[in-house]
Amino acid sequence: MKQSSVVDLLLLLLAITLLATPAFSDLVLSKVERRIDVTSQIARVTKTLKVVNSGSESISEFILTFPKFLGNNLAYLSVSHSEGKGKSKRTLVNLSVREADSKGIPDSISVYSVALPTPLSKGDTLTLEVVAAFPNVLQPFPEKITQGEIHLVMLQESAQYLSPYAVESQSLSIKLPNARIESYTKLENTKLQGSELKYGPYKNLQSYSYSPIVVHFESKAAFAVAEKLVREIEVSHWGNVQVTEHYNVVHRGAQLRGEFSRLDFQARPNPRGASAFRHLLARLPPRAHSIYYRDDIGNISTSEMQSDSKKTELLIEPRFPLFGGWKTFFTIGYGLPLSDFLFASEGKRFLNISFGSPILDLVTEKLIVQVVLPEGSKDISVATPFAVKQSQEIKYSHLDIAGRPVVVLEKNNVVPDHNQHVQVYYKFSNINLLSEPLMLISGFFILFITCIIYTRADFSISKSSPTYLAKLQWDEVLATLQEVQSIIQKCLATHDKLEASLRDLSRTGDIQTCKAARKSTDSLLKDFSKELKPLLGFLQSSPIASHISPKVEELVAKEKELEEKLMAKHTTVVEGYEKKSSGRDIENRIASQQQKITALRQEIEDLLEFIDEI
Amino acid sequence: MAALESPQPGTPTAMRNAFGNVLSVLILVLIGVLAFSIRLFSVIKYESVIHEFDPYFNYRVTQFLSKNGIYEFWNWFDDRTWYPLGRVIGGTVYPGLTLTAGTIWWVLNSLNIPLSVETVCVFTAPVFSAFASWATYLLTKEVKGSGAGLAAAALLAMVPSYISRSVAGSYDNEAVAIFALIFTFYLYIKTLNTGSLFYATLNALAYFYMVCSWGGYTFIINLIPMHVLLCIVTGRYSPRLYIAYAPLVVLGTLLAALVPVVGFNAVLTSEHFASFLVFIIIHVVALVYYIKGILSPKMFKVAVTLVVSIGMVVCFIVVAILVALVASSPTGGWSGRSLSLLDPTYASKYIPIIASVSEHQPPTWPSYFMDINVLAFLVPAGIIACFSPLSDASSFVVLYIVMSVYFSGVMVRLMLVLAPAACIMSGIALSQAFDVFTGSIKYQLGASSNSTDDAEDNTSTNNAPKDDASAGKTDKGEEIVKERSSKKGKKKEREPADKPSVKSKIKKKALVLPLEASIVALLLLIMLGAFYVIHCVWAAAEAYSAPSIVLTSQSRDGLHVFDDFRESYAWLSHNTDVDDKVASWWDYGYQTTAMANRTVIVDNNTWNNTHIATVGTAMSSSEKAAWEIFNSLDVKYVLVVFGGLIGYPSDDINKFLWMVRIGGGVFPHIKEADYLRDGQYRIDSEATPTMLNCLMYKLSYYRFVKTDGKGYDRVRRTEIGKKNFKLTHFEEVFTSHHWMVRIYKLKPPRNRIRGRTKKLKSKTSSGLSSKSVKKNPWI
Repeated sequence: MKQSSVVDLLLLLLAITLLATPAFSDLVLSKVERRIDVTSQIARVTKTLKVVNSGSESISEFILTFPKFLGNNLAYLSVSHSEGKGKSKRTLVNLSVREADSKGIPDSISVYSVALPTPLSKGDTLTLEVVAAFPNVLQPFPEKITQGEIHLVMLQESAQYLSPYAVESQSLSIKLPNARIESYTKLENTKLQGSELKYGPYKNLQSYSYSPIVVHFESKAAFAVAEKLVREIEVSHWGNVQVTEHYNVVHRGAQLRGEFSRLDFQARPNPRGASAFRHLLARLPPRAHSIYYRDDIGNISTSEMQSDSKKTELLIEPRFPLFGGWKTFFTIGYGLPLSDFLFASEGKRFLNISFGSPILDLVTEKLIVQVVLPEGSKDISVATPFAVKQSQEIKYSHLDIAGRPVVVLEKNNVVPDHNQHVQVYYKFSNINLLSEPLMLISGFFILFITCIIYTRADFSISKSSPTYLAKLQWDEVLATLQEVQSIIQKCLATHDKLEASLRDLSRTGDIQTCKAARKSTDSLLKDFSKELKPLLGFLQSSPIASHISPKVEELVAKEKELEEKLMAKHTTVVEGYEKKSSGRDIENRIASQQQKITALRQEIEDLLEFIDEI
Repeated sequence: MAALESPQPGTPTAMRNAFGNVLSVLILVLIGVLAFSIRLFSVIKYESVIHEFDPYFNYRVTQFLSKNGIYEFWNWFDDRTWYPLGRVIGGTVYPGLTLTAGTIWWVLNSLNIPLSVETVCVFTAPVFSAFASWATYLLTKEVKGSGAGLAAAALLAMVPSYISRSVAGSYDNEAVAIFALIFTFYLYIKTLNTGSLFYATLNALAYFYMVCSWGGYTFIINLIPMHVLLCIVTGRYSPRLYIAYAPLVVLGTLLAALVPVVGFNAVLTSEHFASFLVFIIIHVVALVYYIKGILSPKMFKVAVTLVVSIGMVVCFIVVAILVALVASSPTGGWSGRSLSLLDPTYASKYIPIIASVSEHQPPTWPSYFMDINVLAFLVPAGIIACFSPLSDASSFVVLYIVMSVYFSGVMVRLMLVLAPAACIMSGIALSQAFDVFTGSIKYQLGASSNSTDDAEDNTSTNNAPKDDASAGKTDKGEEIVKERSSKKGKKKEREPADKPSVKSKIKKKALVLPLEASIVALLLLIMLGAFYVIHCVWAAAEAYSAPSIVLTSQSRDGLHVFDDFRESYAWLSHNTDVDDKVASWWDYGYQTTAMANRTVIVDNNTWNNTHIATVGTAMSSSEKAAWEIFNSLDVKYVLVVFGGLIGYPSDDINKFLWMVRIGGGVFPHIKEADYLRDGQYRIDSEATPTMLNCLMYKLSYYRFVKTDGKGYDRVRRTEIGKKNFKLTHFEEVFTSHHWMVRIYKLKPPRNRIRGRTKKLKSKTSSGLSSKSVKKNPWI
């Protein structure tokens, strides 16, 4: 890399010396201020350009140039001009080098053309603010270091502003991290103040003036690069925006050479391993909730979260410290309240959400943003502040039928400056919200209905098969049995009544009511026995009930016996009372009967239970 | 269904039945919820992650299945393990678990419920424990009625022994196999009680599922024949027994042979021979009964002598054939694990690799208390309850508990088979006890509340317990009559009559205890149950829910997490080449392939003893020799687990003697005695030089002394013997945060020749390269 960039430089110089004709000479840059910030892994260049039209024609185009080795790494470029009214940004137009060739610009220069807001007429001045971010231009040198060595990087630039226009006055200041500075190119007017390196001011430079400088310094910044980042933003109209981000992170600094010793890494008081980074800081939107941090093989327990009303800060520590060249993978997920991100305009809804990764100072080589809209969204359109590749997919998630439309936005080389809001517009009616709950409800409803139908309906195929007929008969038998049972139960209940009347008698001595009770039970019992007869007949006639009918007969017989015994007892007791014999006497007389009654009753209940179990 | 059978809703019994049915369904649902949720402690306390070692393999297989489909799965040759041999996964795994989870995943995803394979795998075991407790209900209901069934199901839902194998994340064969085991037994009993061919077929299918799921299926195929034999010997032969057994053997064996890992073993190995022998016997017996039915008693006697003599001959021939078969196959037709079941000392004598697994050791007494807790005391009561009266079904569960107690005494792992039996027995015991106590309380209360009333009234209206008592008696009487008649096997009429009698056996005994005694006993029983529940919850929460890949410790500053295993597996997976080979002791093989996705030399499927011995030898050799062994195996990284810094006891130094033993078993130059000082295993300054110079020692303690200046090992509680040394053939590439996992890289060959002449250098290097080329023809 370094070799090639030196070659680039030489080529550039050659090209510049060969370039004789000033083609764009009508414009003059009266003042150029450049500030380069290299405290992070990204070289961020801010330029203030004062443009004066010294020619006669009005000019509507301004040419920005970078040396090729920088231009190739340009990730973000924004030009704004500040006038009294405020700032207005213009879209940037990329001019290809070939096009520039025709205009006589050498190969080793990347050219960008800026369309001016209003054509610049003769003598007018305009101030342009240019912000450019270059990842990958800080070259680690040496390229491989051991665990104990410090991390040195190198920046190449030009002390003079490379421009097709003549520059009247220019200055450059480079903001270095607050650490060791190994070396820097000394030119005239070079000053090092603290961690700030100043070149210039230089006056009256020709177009394409160039004087290469190299700064070699220690960088403690995390050279964290996401080789690939997939952000999935799922909108649920139930009140949640779920964001899931899959990171493939690599340390792009100087590579680790030799052993990694945990001992040295953890040594106190002089840990060795400054070139590794242990954690990353993600600044999530406020009110982010249900945050998780995991990878393929489970939760990663080393993370901390702090939140206040303005932001949520998540400090994540990868499973292992990342040394130069080491890679890792992890996933962050969080939920956001829908009301903070979803708005309505002109009958459409739009999701307003930031494009890039929430992790600070992370360069993303390939960013894929998937916005999953609710099922049934229509008329989808996307508004982005910069160019991205767009496509649409369908995703099937919880109980979807038609699938959810997914807007896929792809962009390479994303730097934190790209963390601007993108808007996804779509139409969605709230009725669709109910479709899934309704589907679930109807699903369960149908399930229960089928269960009911299955148990109630008759599904046998052949209605004349012997087994089926047998089953029908058996059902009939069972029904009859139940009837018999209920009648017997009723009989028993009447018996109880009779007994109760006897008890009353012993208490009150009222013979008349007792007799009345006897009469009513008599008639009841007769009715019951009448009812029983046809049932018994049916059971006897039915062949399938052959093994039950004896039992039932026995039951009925026993019941009859019990009845008789009970009647006998009743008569004895009533007679006893009529004769006014003593209670003890009566008791003695009925004692034997009572025993039989109890025994019979028990037998009947056994039989009943037996029948019950059929 | 039960609701349908119940009589008209008007009558009180019908209402009670319907209410009882609804209640028991509700209780069953709650038991299912309990069984599921008690196993979620691991997810709540830790995370939703696969546990331990074997589950990682199953998880990896399931991932493969869900990704590539069933046909690819059957043909899967895994080249990422047992390098350079590889392993035919499709033909060597019990596919039941994987197919189950794969099917669940597939169904869910085709319904567009996007659960990951991992989530499905994590929750398979809890779901199946709910199924298992329902199956227990069914089984116990067949034996002793639904009261006992519910009690047994509730006990099984939280028995610690089963929880230990089925917490969420414990994605192992046992998780589904226990359900399959109980369900197979249920269907067998059901068939036995009904004599229905439908259930017999289902039984064969359940057995097939069991064969798919777990090697423990041999327990079924030996236990059921034993029960059949028992029935025949005790004169309980019936056509129902025949229907329950014969289809199971025929269909079951055919189906079992379909499972690739079993294949022809289903007819060739002696674990299955018992079933065939009994199959023959039951046919002979069936024939005898048939002949007895058609012949007059006189003729029958003649026939008996004839048949017995022929039968003896046939039996003799069959036995001779069997003996010949058994003798002709290696290890006498018995696999090592099964042999160690019959002879508990077999494994430790002959197969160190089986003995080295802690779950293959005999259990200690405390582990019984830990794993089945109060059930151990209830089981005898349950056995007694099963004998009054003894039916086919209850004799089966008695046999089951006896056999499983024996097997659990041989191997800790088989405690798992004991647990359901213990639950069934205890469920029966508890339900019977509750019946007796509540029955007598009801009776006594009834007696006291109505004591003001007439004595007559008292007896006539509040005679429920007496009813029960007499019912029990009459039932018993009936039972005896029936048994006799069924012995004769004359009338079909018995069969429908038999069923209710089995059911009515649940009815309480004629015991009426004093009120105070029953109340106290009830309270004691409830306390016992409460103690059991508390113990189970404790066991589930504290003892068995740790996933073992992530450890935690409670310190003053709060919870401290040791996530070193995953840290280093993640490092391996992201920072080494995808085809690099990683050598470690076999315990970590499954995890390395599943979590780090790197090729390993040996793993937990210990099918090739020699290969494991090679790794063991390398670990116990000196650095140079080890380097040569590893290099010949194309190994690039060596992983060791070291707990000395934080006091993690199950590290490689503590397992090292097994490596020596297993290595020495194949390569005699490794002698266990060289590593022991006076028969003691030590790593301090008294340790033998062989020990202090072996690779395992060096890799574990490399630069360890620098941590505290002394080199104090917190596991062995001693200062290490050799403190300052350098590695010549290996270099440290990664050590996890708490030093639990250390990964070393083999230095490239040229680095190891220092100070030799150039001639030698060129020779050895060329020799080495040619050697390594020769040794790896599999690349």
